[in-house]
Parts: sequence; structure tokens; C-alpha cells
Amino acid sequence: MHAFKYLRASSANDAAAAVAKNSEARYLAGGQSLVQAMKLRLSSPTDLIDLGAIKDLTGIKVDGSGVTIGAMTRHADVAGSADVKKAIPALAALAGMVGDRQVRNMGTLGGSLANSDPAADYPAAVLGLGATINTNKRKIAADDFFKGLFETALQPAELITSVTFPAAKRAAYVKFKNQASRFAIVGVFVADTGSGVRVAVTGAGPCAFRSKELEAALSKSFTVEAAAAVKVPDKGMNSDLHASAEYRAHLVTVMAKRAVQAALG
Amino acid sequence: MAMGAPLIGTSVLRKEDYRFLTGAGQYTDDISLPGQTYAVFVRSPHAHANIKSIKKDQALKKPGVLAVFTGEDLAAAKVGGLPCGWLITDVNGQPMKEPPHPCLAQGKARYVGDQVAVVIAESLHAARDGADAVQVDYEPLPSVVDTASAGKKGAPQLHENAPDNTCYVWAIGDKAAVDKAFAGAAHVTRLDLVNNRLIPNAIEPRAATGAYSRAEEAYTLYVSNQNPHVERLLMTAFVLGLPEHKVRVVAPDVGGGFGSKIYLYPEDVVVTWAAKQINRPVKWTADRSESFVSDAHGRDHVTIAELAMDKDGKFLAMRVHTTANIGAYLSTFAAAVPTILYATLLAGQYTTPLIYCEVTAVFSNTAPVDAYRGAGRPEATYVVERLVETAAREMKLDPAEIRRRNFIRSFPYQTPVALMYDTGDYDATLDGALKLADVAGYGKRKEDSIKRGKLRGLGYAAYIEACGIAPSAVAGSLGARAGLFEAGEVRVHPTGSVTVFTGSHSHGQGHETTFAQVVADRLGMAIENVDIVHGDTSKVLFGMGTYGSRSLAVGGTAIVMALDKIIAKGKKIAAHLLEASESDIEYDRGVFKVAGTDKQKMFGEVAFAAYVPHNYPHDKLEPGLNENAFYDPSNFTFPAGTYVCEVEVDPDTGKVTVDRFTAVDDFGKIVNPMIVEGQVHGGLTQGIGQALIEGCVYDKDSGQLLTGSFMDYSIPRADDVPSYKVDTRETPCTHNPLGVKGCGEAGAIGAPAALMNAITDALGVKDLPMPATPQTVWKALRAKKAA
Repeated sequence: MHAFKYLRASSANDAAAAVAKNSEARYLAGGQSLVQAMKLRLSSPTDLIDLGAIKDLTGIKVDGSGVTIGAMTRHADVAGSADVKKAIPALAALAGMVGDRQVRNMGTLGGSLANSDPAADYPAAVLGLGATINTNKRKIAADDFFKGLFETALQPAELITSVTFPAAKRAAYVKFKNQASRFAIVGVFVADTGSGVRVAVTGAGPCAFRSKELEAALSKSFTVEAAAAVKVPDKGMNSDLHASAEYRAHLVTVMAKRAVQAALG
Repeated sequence: MAMGAPLIGTSVLRKEDYRFLTGAGQYTDDISLPGQTYAVFVRSPHAHANIKSIKKDQALKKPGVLAVFTGEDLAAAKVGGLPCGWLITDVNGQPMKEPPHPCLAQGKARYVGDQVAVVIAESLHAARDGADAVQVDYEPLPSVVDTASAGKKGAPQLHENAPDNTCYVWAIGDKAAVDKAFAGAAHVTRLDLVNNRLIPNAIEPRAATGAYSRAEEAYTLYVSNQNPHVERLLMTAFVLGLPEHKVRVVAPDVGGGFGSKIYLYPEDVVVTWAAKQINRPVKWTADRSESFVSDAHGRDHVTIAELAMDKDGKFLAMRVHTTANIGAYLSTFAAAVPTILYATLLAGQYTTPLIYCEVTAVFSNTAPVDAYRGAGRPEATYVVERLVETAAREMKLDPAEIRRRNFIRSFPYQTPVALMYDTGDYDATLDGALKLADVAGYGKRKEDSIKRGKLRGLGYAAYIEACGIAPSAVAGSLGARAGLFEAGEVRVHPTGSVTVFTGSHSHGQGHETTFAQVVADRLGMAIENVDIVHGDTSKVLFGMGTYGSRSLAVGGTAIVMALDKIIAKGKKIAAHLLEASESDIEYDRGVFKVAGTDKQKMFGEVAFAAYVPHNYPHDKLEPGLNENAFYDPSNFTFPAGTYVCEVEVDPDTGKVTVDRFTAVDDFGKIVNPMIVEGQVHGGLTQGIGQALIEGCVYDKDSGQLLTGSFMDYSIPRADDVPSYKVDTRETPCTHNPLGVKGCGEAGAIGAPAALMNAITDALGVKDLPMPATPQTVWKALRAKKAA
């Protein structure tokens, strides 16, 4: 780790101002990825602006538009929230599957989304439920948010303040874990939103994406058999030591099957 | 003082656990010396490169940087290279190739992580900044990492004096007789096997702190190591040219070794040497990333194995050709692992009369490979037990039955590959395992799995291992450059409590408890009155250390021999005090008695008399009660057992679940069943790790380590393994007084074969590479479907 300056911001505006004036400054939103990268000297920000003390950025609200979760809300709090469990049980379950206990107690929703790790869990829920990412500047639709490997629609210094997840009629998330990292090799979030079926895939591509093939099949028939019949193309899928693109494509179908099964209860 | 029930055979809770569980252990990194500095090593990012120049000036300008040393500096100071502790003589009677192994690279870097320079600074942070600022001009060269390719003509050459990257071609057995037996065999089973390379990953990374005292002209090295005396011997005699009495090596609490901390590593030498150069202590602790690239790795064999049988499945001969990857340089015991510790175990539990094994050891642009839990014996067991199970399938024999038809039943038994088994009962462990595993109920469980859309498989492994290494004279004739005895000292204090010094080293094994049980039992005193001291060359008279499941069999025996001397001397003292003849004195659980009378002296009274010798046989005896012993065993010990593994496979994902795992082992006499069970659990888990989860991968083109962190290199977690069923049978070792054999490696030796036999059974395929990851299993199932 290189030396850096640490600032504990007291408001979202102060934090954004601090990052806006220094391109080498970074938000600290739980630090479960960033701090590891810094320890390995792979990332060397000059300033860390800690968002942990900004009260407005945490909390869970449920209303007619769905569940709105503050960007700095910890995964463990989402996983344990009775409100989330009631409104969107698949979302609470997903939060409970992120990383390990330590990660869930420190990591945050906003931190995960802004990082856009190709194997992160939250992007699957955001895309699968068609959530809205609220920033200090605007609202971004989930479909417009994930741009590539560790790349999002966020502009420099733009700060996620909360995310609004519309409730779904039924939904589920299932992932197949990497034996070593236990990140998703493939994770599939399936949601029958009431106005259509959305299927989001994480782990398989440079960033989370929707599977048109699975959505088309499941819109016609929200059944395990319909999912099983879909052969997902492996074009553009990640290929590494643990899983070839072909194997990942196969796993997308298998995880989708299991997610549909789980959503159907 | 006389005690009742014996402690040997009981699960005494570990004396060391209070210290470990409350964070009161003292590991190398916990030890801080006044004025200490911090070392960071600059390591090669290339698998193979000429080092054209190293510029230190920018690093030396960094605040806090005190010194930068390179291979040139070490050469100028006449610091030697690291020696190999075992000389293998090749098939032509020539010594193996031993290229120089400099402590800091000289002219060339030969693997990713090869240490190129060291930066020493006031703080760790400053040392890292300094290391980043060392400018090394590399000229990258083509590299070879792959075991099967490294020895081929035209492969990039690592060392000038090792043509075709070949360290040696070695063989054992009568090739002509074996070939003849194969020609006349009713059936031959052949397997092409890969024994995957593993990265040890002890919880505590390697660490070393060197210190030098000008006042005493003496060095101290604190190091996370399994054998401090061997470390000192190798470092002083072969590398630094220092007198041993001026070097103290301390291996304090050590957080796991698994073999990887047996060796003398370059960092240990550099911090010791540098401490004098800068006249301040120099501390180095590997970070995890560094451990991955620079700890000695394990296994890495490519093998063609064949078994010849008659029509009834009776083994006639075995023929094995193995290529062993030993990495870029010869590590301390690297040469012995794929030869002496491997080929000699190929008889397994069977009467196979003829065995021929040829081993080619090749250098490659990878981290050095050396002993890792089991060391050669897991590789041998894998060959034998995969062959036997496959033979059973091919000959339509029950896998237990084919083993029974070939078991050795008469002891002592001379194998065709040099070893003489002293004792064993392989039917007992096999029968025990079949019963405990409920093999009879397997059919029902398989039906159950099929109903749920899963596959189920059953696999066995009946392993043998040679532990407690072993006679120094035999080892010496086979190329060992060190002795393999062990030393122990028993110091009885004036008031009767006892401190025992052992050359064995505990780094997780629980010696402070097990050895204390032995001592307390032999002397008949409370275990609280016995302390075990190890790991410090200034306290312990000598030691060869802990590896190869040797501690109790060899180190424990040395202690028993010293205890016998204590009792013998105590009898003399008691005879004097009791005015009786020495031959009439009996020792029984803490009391010296005159046989057939009520005259007696307690152990403590005798000890006191030895140290306050007012009434003492000065004409015949020296005062004091302190004895030591060196024990050089007459043979290896031969633990053996049968493992039964049952797996369930999810055909959709390829994920294998180890549903049941049963181990019935014969470790001879058992001192502490709880510790033994823990050792078995740990060994099995590492074995399951090798078969299912762990695999070190270097990129074939770039030579980069692709599994350089826990993001990509997996070790087993609790939820990867089942709740084990373990039991033991007992045929006491015939040649040590405790009748013990050793238990530390068994699990890791037997588990991979049992697991792969179960997985191949479930899939209906002949072979599958380890680790059987979900992707590997899925691909095999798909290939089978296509075929």
C-alpha cells in the first residue's frame, strides 16, 4: 500500500466535491475490493474519501415504487432486513450470498455497483429487477448502467446515493461459485416482473448482462423446461482457468433452470 | 507422586492449545529485536530472463532505505549457493546435475518470483518503496514450465551444465525381468497419469529475522522452519562458511509447514548475512503472494504406469516411467522425493514380485519442487491404487477382492524395490474400512442418487507409506548427505520435574503433549511436571527435525532411550540410598523399590539426592540427573490402511460432492488418539484438496503463475469435505520401543487415489486429471456422451 490521505466526509456533497477536485481521489464505500487492490499496490489513490459517516446514504425504504436502498447500506443489513425479505425475498437472499461474513458486514451496495466487478452479485439483481440507480446528479436505468469490465455509466466524481428496486411477482438468484474465490462463475437472476420476464447474468461476461434468449423463452412459459431448452450462445463470454466460455454458457442455462425452479417455489 | 492410569493411549488435551488459542504464541514475525530493519525482495516478473543490469541508485535515494544487495554483492562476499541435501546417481553411474542455486540471482532469473535483489530499510513501507525503485534491465528469454516438455530436445535451456534440462535419469528394479513378465501376462492395465503440482500454503507464511552481535561475533536466525539444526548445518557449512558455534537458529512457534519449511531458503541466508553487513537485525516475512511464487511446491509428475497380471488378477509385474518436474533449482531434498521416497513405495501392500521404475527429473522455469505432505508416497500410492482399481474394473473383479488376492501376509517382507516391511495386517484395515463405510449399503445409496438425477461412485485406496526415516547408513548409501537419526535430552531438575529437549520440531503436531505423555508415563509422574522444549539450536543438543511422519518413531525413541538412562542412573542412586544392591532395585511409576520389600525412594527424592549429593556414591557416580540419547532407527516404519470414498456428481454442473469418506489406518501403537484423529482429518482434507480442488498452473507461453493467489488457487474449506469416519487397527512397529509408526501424512497419501477411483467410477471413465474440478468433470461427461 502506498501512503494516502484519508477524509471522512460528512455529506454526499462534501464527498463529491473532494473527489471532483482531484482525479486521483477515490470514494471509500466499504473497501472490500479497493483496499485489497491498494494493499497489492495495484491501486494507489492519493486520497480516500470515506462515505461511511454519511447518514443519508444508508437505510432501506419500501413504498409503492419498490425498495429503495441507500448506497452505503451493508450487504448484511439488506440480507437481514425484514422489509426486503417481504418485498423482494430474492434480493435479500442475494445479499446474503455475497462474499463471506466479513465482506457482508463491510461491503456496500453502492460500492459493489460502482466497482462493477464482472463476478459481483448485486449487478445481477439490479439488472434482473430493472432497478434505477440514483446518483447525486441523475437517475440511471439499470439497462444503461453497466458498460464493461469494471466500467459503468458513472461520470468522474458522480456518486451513487441509492438504488430503487421494483418488486417482482416472483424472482430468484442462483449462482455457481468459483471453488477458489467463491465469486460467481455464473450467477443468474430471474424475475417475473408482472410485465415481462427479465433474466440477468453475472460472472459470465465482462459485466452483468441480460440474456435475450432466456427472457424470450421464459416470457412464453415461465417453467424449468422452457429454461432448459435454451442454448445460450457463448460468444463474448469470459474464458479463464476455471471455466471456458462454452462451460459458462452451459452453466447459464443450468443456473437459469434452477433460478426458475426456486422462483416457482 | 506415583500415578495411576497410563497416559499413553488417552486423548490428553493439547498443552500448547491455551497458548495458540489465546493468541499467545510466538511466531517468527512476532519477535521484534531492538533496532530491527525490514527486508523486501525484488523478484523476477519473468519466467526466464537475462539480467543485463541492476541499478540501485534510485532505491538507495528513497527515504529510509539502508542498503540494496544483489547477486553480485553476495558473490563478492563469497556467499555460496544453496546445496542439495541428497545426491542421486543416474542410470549411468554419474552424479545428478547440480547447477548453482545462488541466493540472489546471478546473471539470469529462472522463474517468476526468483529473488533478484534485496532492499533493507527502516520500515517495511520504505523497503517496499525501495524495492519498487530498483531498476532491473531484463532480457526476457523463452521459457518452459510444462513437465512433459521441459526435458525435450529444443526446449529452452535453464542451466549450462544440465543438457535437455535433465537433472538425472534414475531407475530401480530389473528391467529385463519386468519386460519378460509383461510379455507373458494375461492382462496388462495401463494408465497415463498426471500428479498435479500443489502449493503448500501453511497458515503462517515463511519468515526469517537475522541478527548479528559484534560483541559475541555471533549470529542468530529466527526462522519459520521444521528443522533448525539442519538449517544451521546447511547454512554455516555450505553457504556462509561460518562456524556452527557462532550461529544460533531458532524456529519458535511455527504455523504449519507440510514440508515446505524443511528447506534452507535463499531469504534465510540473505537476512543472516545482511544483518552483519548493516550491523542491525534484518526481518523478512513473506506476504501471501510471495509465498505462492517462492515456497517450494509439491508433486508434479507425469507418469506412464503399467501393471501385468495373470488370468486371476494376480500381479506379476509393474512398470513405471515418471517425469518429475523439480523446478528451476534443486531445493534441499528435491532429488530424493521422486526417487527414494517414490519408487520404493511402488510395491504398495502387494506381493508384486517384479517392479521397474525409471524417473527423469527435469528443470523448468517454475518454483523449486520439494517434499510436501507425503513427499513421493502420495505419488506412488496414486500410481499403485489407480492401477489396481482400474485393473479390477478391466478384469471384472471386485476392487476389494483383487486387493485381497495380492496382499502381503507374511512379515518381514522384502519388496523388489528395496524396502523391508516389518509388520502389517492389510486384511484387517481393508475389512474394517468396508464395514465402517457400509459398502454393503452402497447399492441402495446409488439408486437414491440416480433417482435425484445424480451420479454416484465408490473408490478405494489401500496405501502404504515408509515413515520415520530412517537408518542413516542406508540413507547415506542412497545418496543422503545428512544423517537421519534424532536426539533427545532429559533434564531432571533437583525437585523432580523434568524438561525434555527434542530435536523433533512441532509446527502443529502437538509434540508438547504427545511427547510429554510418553515421558510422564515412563517416569510415572504428572504430565504437568514435564515440559517439552524444541526448536532452538542453543537449547537442544542436536536434531534432524520433523518431516516424513518421523517425530514420535525417531524423536520419541531418542527420548525413551534417554529416559531409560535416567531410570538406570536413578536405580544406582536409589540402591545407594536404600543400601541395597542395584540389581534389586525396581522402578515402578515414580517409585524406586527394593524388590520384595517395602523399602523405597520416590523419584523426586532420588533427583534431589543427585543434585544435593551429601549422601551419594561419589566413587561410582557423577552427581546430577541429566541424560541424552541419539537414536538411529534400524528401519523405516510402515503405516498402512484402507480408505473408502463415495462421491456424488451433479451431471449438470460437473460438481463433485464427497459424500462419505472412511479411513481405517494402522499406525501401530497410538499415544494420543485425539491428535492422531486430527492428523488424519487434516491429511485427508489435503488429499481431497489435491484430487478435487487444488492445482498449481503456470501459463505455458509466458511462464506466469496463473494460480498466484487464493482468488485462483483453492484450498479446501470445511464445507468441501464430509464428516469423516475414521478408525484404527494396530500392528505395533517391531523395531522401536514405543511400537509407533507415524500418522502425519497418511491422509494426504491415500485420499487422492480413493477419490479419483470414486469419481472415475461415477463417471464411467478410465481416467480424469486432478483436480477434478467441475469444469473437468463436465467436459469428461460431455466427451463420454459424444463418444
